[in-house]
Amino acid sequence: MSLQNYSVTRSSKAARVAAVLGALCVILLISAPWWAGRAEMRLLGELFLYLALASLWNLMAGYAGLVSVGQQAFVGFGGYMLFALTMFGGLHPFAAIALAGVLGALVSVPVAVLIFRLRGAYFAIGTWVIAEVFRLGFAQVSALGGGSGSSLPMAIVKSLASKRDMREALSYWLALGAAVLVVTCVYLFLRSRQGLALTAIRDNELAAKSLGIDIWRTKFTVYVVTSALTAMIGALIFLQKLRISPDAAFSVNDWTAFVIFIVVIGGIGTIEGPIIGTLVFFALRETLADLGTIYLIVLGIVAIVVMLKAPKGIWGLIRTRFDLQLFPLGYRVIAPKDDKEA
Amino acid sequence: MDWVNAIVQGTLLGGLYALFAAGLSLIFGVMRLVNIAHGDLIVMAAYLGLTVTATVGLHPLAALAIVVPAMALIGYVLQRGLLNQTLGEDLLPPLLVTFGLSVILQNGLLEVYTADPQKMDAGALETASIAMGGLTLGVLPVLTFAIAVAVIWALQWTFYHTAVGRAFRAVSDNQDIAQLMGLNRRHVFGLAMALALGVTAIAGILLGIRTSFDPSIGGGRLIFGFEAVIIGGLGNLWGTLAGGVILGIAQTVGAKIDPGFQILAGHLAFLIILAIRPNGLFPRIAA
Amino acid sequence: MPEPILNIQGLKAFYGDFQALYGVDMYIEPGEVLAIIGANGAGKTTLMRSVTGLLSNGPGQIHFQGNDISQLRADEVAMQGLAMVPEGRQLFPSLTVKENLMIGAQVGRQGPWNLDAVYRLFPILEERKDQASTSLSGGQQQMVAIGRALMANPDLIMFDEISLGLAPIVIKDIYAALPGIINGGMSAIIVEQDIAQALKVSSRVYCLQEGRVSLEGASDKVSREEISRAYFGIE
Ligand SMILES: Nc1ncnc2c1ncn2[C@@H]1O[C@H](COP(=O)(O)OP(=O)(O)OP(=O)(O)O)[C@@H](O)[C@H]1O
Ligand SMILES: [Mg+2]
Repeated sequence: MSLQNYSVTRSSKAARVAAVLGALCVILLISAPWWAGRAEMRLLGELFLYLALASLWNLMAGYAGLVSVGQQAFVGFGGYMLFALTMFGGLHPFAAIALAGVLGALVSVPVAVLIFRLRGAYFAIGTWVIAEVFRLGFAQVSALGGGSGSSLPMAIVKSLASKRDMREALSYWLALGAAVLVVTCVYLFLRSRQGLALTAIRDNELAAKSLGIDIWRTKFTVYVVTSALTAMIGALIFLQKLRISPDAAFSVNDWTAFVIFIVVIGGIGTIEGPIIGTLVFFALRETLADLGTIYLIVLGIVAIVVMLKAPKGIWGLIRTRFDLQLFPLGYRVIAPKDDKEA
Repeated sequence: MDWVNAIVQGTLLGGLYALFAAGLSLIFGVMRLVNIAHGDLIVMAAYLGLTVTATVGLHPLAALAIVVPAMALIGYVLQRGLLNQTLGEDLLPPLLVTFGLSVILQNGLLEVYTADPQKMDAGALETASIAMGGLTLGVLPVLTFAIAVAVIWALQWTFYHTAVGRAFRAVSDNQDIAQLMGLNRRHVFGLAMALALGVTAIAGILLGIRTSFDPSIGGGRLIFGFEAVIIGGLGNLWGTLAGGVILGIAQTVGAKIDPGFQILAGHLAFLIILAIRPNGLFPRIAA
Repeated sequence: MPEPILNIQGLKAFYGDFQALYGVDMYIEPGEVLAIIGANGAGKTTLMRSVTGLLSNGPGQIHFQGNDISQLRADEVAMQGLAMVPEGRQLFPSLTVKENLMIGAQVGRQGPWNLDAVYRLFPILEERKDQASTSLSGGQQQMVAIGRALMANPDLIMFDEISLGLAPIVIKDIYAALPGIINGGMSAIIVEQDIAQALKVSSRVYCLQEGRVSLEGASDKVSREEISRAYFGIE
């Protein structure tokens, strides 16, 4: 049996088909303002932003082992930065969104230095403390409405586009763009040297250490980049909502619990997982949301059952059944077809 | 005198936080489990107390006789039925499962008891006070602090002077070898959770007498307990009491500066201690 | 031939995808001292872990006193009267010497062994009873590990490399205590790297090689050549 008959490849037929279908989907979605109603567009816009948040959380928890229950800190921070920079800095909302990302990265540095001292589950609660500090801190800023919050002035809203239809299309495209950007970034990052190192750390911290991978720095980078992008998504979220308050901006339920459910149900530690999870989450929400608290209880139960019975989520089940990988990360060895000795 | 008063009141408040923290500290010590639903379990205990006082007409403190065993039983069943399945090398399952549990509990309480704030009526105990050296101390805060000291002393004693405590320590050291000694770790973990939730029941009742509560406040109680544990140092129960006191003082002193600053001051004290003493003030085991 | 106290048939063991034992057959009679030898990584410790229930086994592979124990949990196996002195001692660091011993009695079996009996066997342990187990010397720690297993009053006791990391003089002391331990009719399995020592104290010997039994025989009958062939797998 000669080794030359084997081939090593990253790509697969499924991945190529998925790439083409994905591109078609994105094109179709870009054209939504011409065929979709106002309500559908709002829903899709929200879906895209959740997809982005979920992909980012998944990068941290599923790959870097940084399980945070405090990402609302950066969602809220980004939202507040949008308001502050446009209202007091006179910035155009687009510039404010970009700057919110930069500022998010900046504040995440001291935060990381502090809470990286906590291990494992204590890290998770530490992130929550940070989010509470942000919430209580912003509630003290009376210029931003203190505890009751404030609305984005109409002049700033109008600076986006004067017509409402145009504004809504714009904000929809921004959300779509953010989702595509985040998923692509996560994918490219995981394919990069650092990304592969991250997967190595996840699979075996000791081995990764002996290979000379600087675990702390890799995790730190992931945390800062994720925080920056999360802050930008936060700015987009509150650009859609046009109103902000500390409780809404730093809600653990809205920006962390739902995101965790999405990732867990879809499949943690996979790129496809958050996409599937977001679709499932919104499908459930649209059908069950009338049930109120019962709906949340159901979500909690589903997440627990998935975590215990199928820890790799829906995508994990699909992948083991069909040996699929739509975002090829690792290389695969393809055995020669006519191998008589095997 | 005002400042002395703030510090004394903060110390007494710290007793309550130590009670929030003790259960958390205990289960981390025995099985390295961090229970995100811990705060919601405290709130659940408060609601159980409310139901018992309302239906049986007992004084809230007398209701402890029912709520403590009930919570202990819930703890044992929860551990053996659910949480034992999450234990292992991987950190994600326990974290995410207890997170899911937190959401379930919070919304379950909302469904049963609505979002309206509730309070337990402890009669004269709530307003009784004693004058001491120019300070007026509420009997309830003093009692809470005394109970916290007693509970921590009792936990410490259980840990170091009973067969169950020995089993806790052995399983915590080395699960495999403990199994070889005839200890079923699933049962031992169940007992640890039962004990932890028994303490949680006390914390919940005292919380429910002191202030009004609603289903959404669990997360905050988890955070206070967690901060007390980390300030005190992991695995040290007396340290946890000290951590609770430091947190309590930071809060009352903060509130004295500006009422809106109370909780924030507690968090900041925690972050400062994390910055200068990452292993807490009195560490015993590494996380 | 009397009914074996422990009878192992076709035992396989796995660590994930890695197979460590490939169908091991082995038995030990009541009151017998059995030695198991084999090179590093041959699977001796794995065999002990399978028997004690720390690894999961297929059904019917291990019978102890006539009962199938292959699928019992480790604590249930211990209750049946099977104790182990694990490789590397593995005392509980947060327990004192006395507590380490007392936890061995947790299975609640009656018999000749109690704190006093262990202290008679190893008097030094009584002097050190309230110290942290980690503060003892290696040899003293090994005594605690042995005492801890005895406290369970087992019918079969297994020693996994009790001489590992100890000075020869200490090893001599420990082996000198062995007859006093086994006298009461207890059966014993001794896993040992020191082949001469193993053959001296045992009546029969098994040699493991890469997860298989490569030699079985009476300890005073097997020849050096047979052993080195079984041990290293060289012809
Ligand atoms: N936890 C584990 N995970 C994976 N493989 C293991 C594990 N423990 C042991 N092994 C492998 O199983 C085989 C048998 O190991 P075992 O410890 O049983 O050998 P041993 O005969 O006791 O060796 P020694 O004399 O060095 O103690 C070895 O190849 C070892 O690498
Ligand atoms: Mg070995």
